[in-house]
Amino acid sequence: MEYVMGIKGKGFAMVCTSATAVQQIITMKHDEDKILPLGTHSLLATSGEPGDRVQFSEFVAANVRLYALRNGSKLSTKAIANFSRGELATALRKGPKSTNLLVAGYDKGKGASLYFLDYLATMHDMNIAGYGYGSWFVLSMYDRMWHPDLTEAEALEMMRLGIEEVKNRLVVASPTYTIKIVDEAGIRTVTV
Amino acid sequence: MAVSSWRMDVPGLDGKCGQASRAAADLALGQDALLTNAEVTQANFPLPAVQNLDHFGKKVEDLVKPDHGTTTLGFIFKNGVIIAVDSRASQGSYVSSQTVKKVIEINPYLLGTMAGGAADCAFWQRNLGMQCRMFELKNKKRITVCAASKMLANTMYSYKGMGLSMGSMVAGWDPSGPAIYYVDSDGQRTKGTIFSVGSGSLYAYGVLDQGYKWDMDIETAVELGQRAIYHAQFRDAVSGGTCSVYHITQSGWVKLRGNNHYDLHYQYYPDGHATSANSVI
Repeated sequence: MEYVMGIKGKGFAMVCTSATAVQQIITMKHDEDKILPLGTHSLLATSGEPGDRVQFSEFVAANVRLYALRNGSKLSTKAIANFSRGELATALRKGPKSTNLLVAGYDKGKGASLYFLDYLATMHDMNIAGYGYGSWFVLSMYDRMWHPDLTEAEALEMMRLGIEEVKNRLVVASPTYTIKIVDEAGIRTVTV
Repeated sequence: MAVSSWRMDVPGLDGKCGQASRAAADLALGQDALLTNAEVTQANFPLPAVQNLDHFGKKVEDLVKPDHGTTTLGFIFKNGVIIAVDSRASQGSYVSSQTVKKVIEINPYLLGTMAGGAADCAFWQRNLGMQCRMFELKNKKRITVCAASKMLANTMYSYKGMGLSMGSMVAGWDPSGPAIYYVDSDGQRTKGTIFSVGSGSLYAYGVLDQGYKWDMDIETAVELGQRAIYHAQFRDAVSGGTCSVYHITQSGWVKLRGNNHYDLHYQYYPDGHATSANSVI
């Protein structure tokens, strides 16, 4: 079952998704990357219906890139989130896109940010956020653990514990996960 | 609104509903075929003599629509790509064909497999073949597997929610090497090394995952593909007919096998299948 979690820490944001591609009861793939880079300092973590998910996130990625090419300046993470929200809101009234997103990014001067965007076009600026059955177990855990000065090592440990909890408690947990971090230095993938 | 100008949007149902087809409809659809011709409203054309036209239409569609109860598989290994498929088509519990060709040869380097609604698969894969040829003529180079599969996925996505049923693998060899993409009527498209699609795919996965090794020789890989399809045909009632195996390398695809699955059964188990049935006596 799909799992998405995001953590905002001091100077970085970290997102994690399940890495499985599923068709009915079959796991077709164990290395599906559901976290798209948007430029150099933003990430789009996605879940939802497979067709919609890829189509919508590629659409966002293409428009973010188009904006940068046309205007010679990059969209901020907040702008990306607001653009995505607008598109989701438009889609909602004409055959909605079943796509849930986390937008994570790092902006100079502003620091890290994490936005929660679901298919109903809800948008929230969050410290921790998640989707899927797994998130019910993990959100409370993160509520307990999160603090404003969270370091990267602490967040990574939180991600590891979250995955462990899901694998431990959720019947339909994925066996594989992807974690990505965005901070001042850019985007990188980590393994736990 | 006057009743005489009453029209319905029923493309494909505007033919005559003669006595013979009435009888057939009575038999096949039971209580749906209740009204007599006299009771049918005065439309501008003869409507089928039924109470609920929409419901009737759906049922007729389900009755006539040949579905592929299917097993198809594809995998990449050291010496290329293997594609293996069965050949049975069914309409409900009726086996309507044992000789369906479920691999479409898009060009000498590209294959597509079909599972799901027979017409949807056949039509859109032919359409993909056309789009690939157009690409070739426009760009003076062969299309990549990545691009071909994306064209099919985009077609599927544009018809999403409109009732198409298709699960397909687009496999081939392009300048970047071997590739298999899974594409379905939900619009899902994903790259991978081992895929199996169709009602028998669970059985095929079982055999395939157990026997798969990256550095198999070609003969072992072809045999693995055939064996996985055979076991799916054995277990899955709506998979059967023949088992075809294709091999793709940088010089294109070749069809290597095409065996009747009963022949395979007696070849693999000349004395009967020990694990599935013991003698009653």
